[in-house]
Amino acid sequence: MRTEANGTISVGMTLQELGQSVISGRVKAAELVNSYLQRIEARNAKINAYLSVASEDARRTAEDLDAAARRGDPLGSLAGVPVAIKDVIAIEGMTATAGSRILEGYKPPYTATAVRRLKEAGAVVLGKLNCDEFAMGSSNENSAYGVVRNPAALDRVPGGSSGGSAAAVAAELAAATLGTDTGGSIRQPASFCGVVGVLPTYGRVSRYGLIAFASSLDRIGPFARTVEDAAMVLGVIAGHDPLDATSSRRPVPDYVAECHRPVEGLRVGVPAEYFAEGLDQEVKLTVQRAIDSLRAQGCVITPVSLPHTRYAVPTYYVLATAEASANLERFDGVRYGYRAPEVKTLSDMYRETRDRGFGREVKRRILLGTYVLSAGYYDAYYRKGQQVRRVLAEDFLKAFEKVDVIVTPTAPTPAFRIGEKTDDPVSMYLADIYTVTASLAGICGISVPCGVSSEGLPIGAQILGPHFCEGTVFRAARAIEQGQTV
Amino acid sequence: MTATSVSTSATTAALAKYEPVIGLEVHVQLLTTTKAFCGCLTRFGSAPNTQICPTCLGLPGALPVLNKRAVEFAVLASTALNCEVRTRSVFARKNYFYPDSPKGYQISQYDQPLAEHGWIEVPSENGPKKIGITRLHMEEDAGKSLHEGFPDSATKSYVDLNRCGTPLVEIVSEPDIRTPDEAYEYLTRLKEIMLYTGVSDCNMEEGSLRCDANVSVRPRGQEKFGTKAEVKNVNSFRFIRSALEYEIERQVEVLESGGRVVQETRSWNAAEGRTFSMRSKEEAHDYRYFPEPDLPPLMVSDAWKREILTAMPELPEARRARMVREYEISEQDAQSLTATREFADTFEAAAKRAKSPRRVANLVQSELMGRLRAAGLELEQSPVTMDGVVLAADLAEEGKLSSKQWKQIFDVAFEKGEDFGVVYEREKPQQISDTATLEKMIDEVIAANPKQVEQYRGGKKTVAAFFVGQVMRASKGQANPALLNELVVKKLDA
Repeated sequence: MRTEANGTISVGMTLQELGQSVISGRVKAAELVNSYLQRIEARNAKINAYLSVASEDARRTAEDLDAAARRGDPLGSLAGVPVAIKDVIAIEGMTATAGSRILEGYKPPYTATAVRRLKEAGAVVLGKLNCDEFAMGSSNENSAYGVVRNPAALDRVPGGSSGGSAAAVAAELAAATLGTDTGGSIRQPASFCGVVGVLPTYGRVSRYGLIAFASSLDRIGPFARTVEDAAMVLGVIAGHDPLDATSSRRPVPDYVAECHRPVEGLRVGVPAEYFAEGLDQEVKLTVQRAIDSLRAQGCVITPVSLPHTRYAVPTYYVLATAEASANLERFDGVRYGYRAPEVKTLSDMYRETRDRGFGREVKRRILLGTYVLSAGYYDAYYRKGQQVRRVLAEDFLKAFEKVDVIVTPTAPTPAFRIGEKTDDPVSMYLADIYTVTASLAGICGISVPCGVSSEGLPIGAQILGPHFCEGTVFRAARAIEQGQTV
Repeated sequence: MTATSVSTSATTAALAKYEPVIGLEVHVQLLTTTKAFCGCLTRFGSAPNTQICPTCLGLPGALPVLNKRAVEFAVLASTALNCEVRTRSVFARKNYFYPDSPKGYQISQYDQPLAEHGWIEVPSENGPKKIGITRLHMEEDAGKSLHEGFPDSATKSYVDLNRCGTPLVEIVSEPDIRTPDEAYEYLTRLKEIMLYTGVSDCNMEEGSLRCDANVSVRPRGQEKFGTKAEVKNVNSFRFIRSALEYEIERQVEVLESGGRVVQETRSWNAAEGRTFSMRSKEEAHDYRYFPEPDLPPLMVSDAWKREILTAMPELPEARRARMVREYEISEQDAQSLTATREFADTFEAAAKRAKSPRRVANLVQSELMGRLRAAGLELEQSPVTMDGVVLAADLAEEGKLSSKQWKQIFDVAFEKGEDFGVVYEREKPQQISDTATLEKMIDEVIAANPKQVEQYRGGKKTVAAFFVGQVMRASKGQANPALLNELVVKKLDA
């Protein structure tokens, strides 16, 4: 059962098999965790995916799991599985910087529901992962703690904002990770790094413990190497949470079982708006090949129209920044985190703390968001944005009357070079062009690897499904995955 | 400029030329055990920062979840204030920076409040008047900034977040109030309704009821409102009248001296008896309200509303009307007997088991309340229980005690801290119920007062009371009043 070719002993096993192996004692959680910690030790300096590594905690937890397995105590389905968590998610006793200087050294006194559920299922948290500051960015270049490098090409960005979460899985520095997606922050880095990243339906996974960027858009979701592994993790973290008033009470289906259902007869929509100008030719062809493979497996491919797509990016940047401007007000230097020293008055303290504590992109978005909510501008921007958001959601509702899922490219290009877009925020914002619409509509989606460019850069296909139809999305994604390996 | 100089310069004549327009914004703390959006206790007076959690501290990632009990209280309050409760209301973020506001925004309601279009009826110069209520909305309280009382208070401020997240309702009146007296009456009724429904303890010292006032004046007969000032911090019933009077006089004086009232926020300083400018309109906050994305819209279905309203008690106004009818007591008695729901309950329970409810009302008013006040006691601390009052009332009703006698018993009871029944049993007044003895005394009084006898027999029957009084005095209050009455009339008519 041991495969050590990549230095870890988990490769070749699904997370489900890995958990079972730890429960049965065939694999020792301690060895497993150690092998990952060693890899982190060896490779993280180059990739910069981890902001903090909880070696001691992880080893102790793994030893406890092995002891429990020996005693025959009941263990969860992810027993011993080494995971890591984006640094915008709170874990008691571990730093949660959100990639920001303003939260340097901040240790939350409580644990996010999604992480608590992972731990209860036996997963071992290795550490916290780098990301764009407060999840604002598409390249991970906005982290106060340095850029994350794409394991597929170290001069390239891993995508963002969950760049560390995608890179850690790609470089096998964790068996699975959690990231967050507000406008594409899971799907786009998954695409850039060549891993699977899931955007669950809004309300499917509790946001309790997720440091908010835009509350009506923020979602926690898993990264993994395969669709099945991602489905496994989602099954563990999904479900109603009394601590999140926006979390859904719908029962959680068996996503792993859903993955394995045949796709024959599945109706797959292809929106012309997502294959238009601005799309890299190689990406276009690769995604079209993935669609062909779905057709070959018995799916019915249908053109659909999402006519208002072009309004999505501006709408997103109005609504997301508005919410962000309020969500980030709490970082004022009064109770926790960074406080500017040597200031005389309260307003100076606020101004200096926030000026020095926040990075440029965060300040840009706070300014934008404050502006769109201001007296006299609210109707023209925020209210209008809300209206367009409903129209965009209706586009999807109409399309899903005809098809079960929609397939598009995840991003217009493969991973770009570090520094390539940092001086041009608008071109950076357009990296989200295919992902923000689903964010605004609240529907679910996934990015699944579907090939590589001529330069060897990963390319992802995005599959979108109606609210709470993650199972169908997993099915289609696994078919693309299988179509590739065949 | 002091308060006195304003009063003297703004003459009565000048004041009479203007009509004040007042609207009140009242914050009422709801009496829930736990906070509006988390499970922390709302208890007052605990050690600073001991009733806090990630949510009410506004820690990154923590989320609010609405307290159902707070909604039930708010719906009860809304209905008691004759408001229409909306099926769907929406929470909103009100953004402002302040150290005791840990999220940087307050969760409130804005364009879709819980309830609207209510009213409270108050007495006014021209009879009962309805003061409109624009809206009642739910929101959370802030913490407290402590600027004093620490060794390093000169250079530092401290923050106590225990109160942070306590549920409030804000009740906004229409600008229907025209005098400080009406404002006082409005607040009194409002407080009474909140107490009756049990949604708040309305304790002003602890900040459970807070009031801001919007005040403007306009020349009488003018339709258009004058420029208003918002007076903050009018947190006592004692000061509401003086704060409003001051502000009205101030504005009238500004206008009379050819000036213009500036739209601004002013703070009432009770110690100095005047209002101070806090900030002008230009410095006013832009709160940038927008819907709170962490909370779904609040849905109050008809079924839930019905369930909530089963807890609705009889409200003070209705109760007073019924008591006047049922117990044949005066409006004024009904008013004071319903000062609190508990008191009214106690009274009614007593009245129901007495021979004459009206007699109970009289005794409570004439004998009990004054003595309690003088002794500085609450009703619960009274040596004379309601059973004692009922006994007194029954004895009085049966004519077995004269007013002089029951007054004496009440005196002794309060003096010795004993119940009415105990004193009565021990010192049961000698009552003269022997017809022959009484007749003899009556004869003596008749003989001594021929003039009054003549008046009586000339048709002035009320003079009988004079003879009753004389005999009562002669008997040192011990004559059986009922028998005495009967015998006096018999003798005089004879």
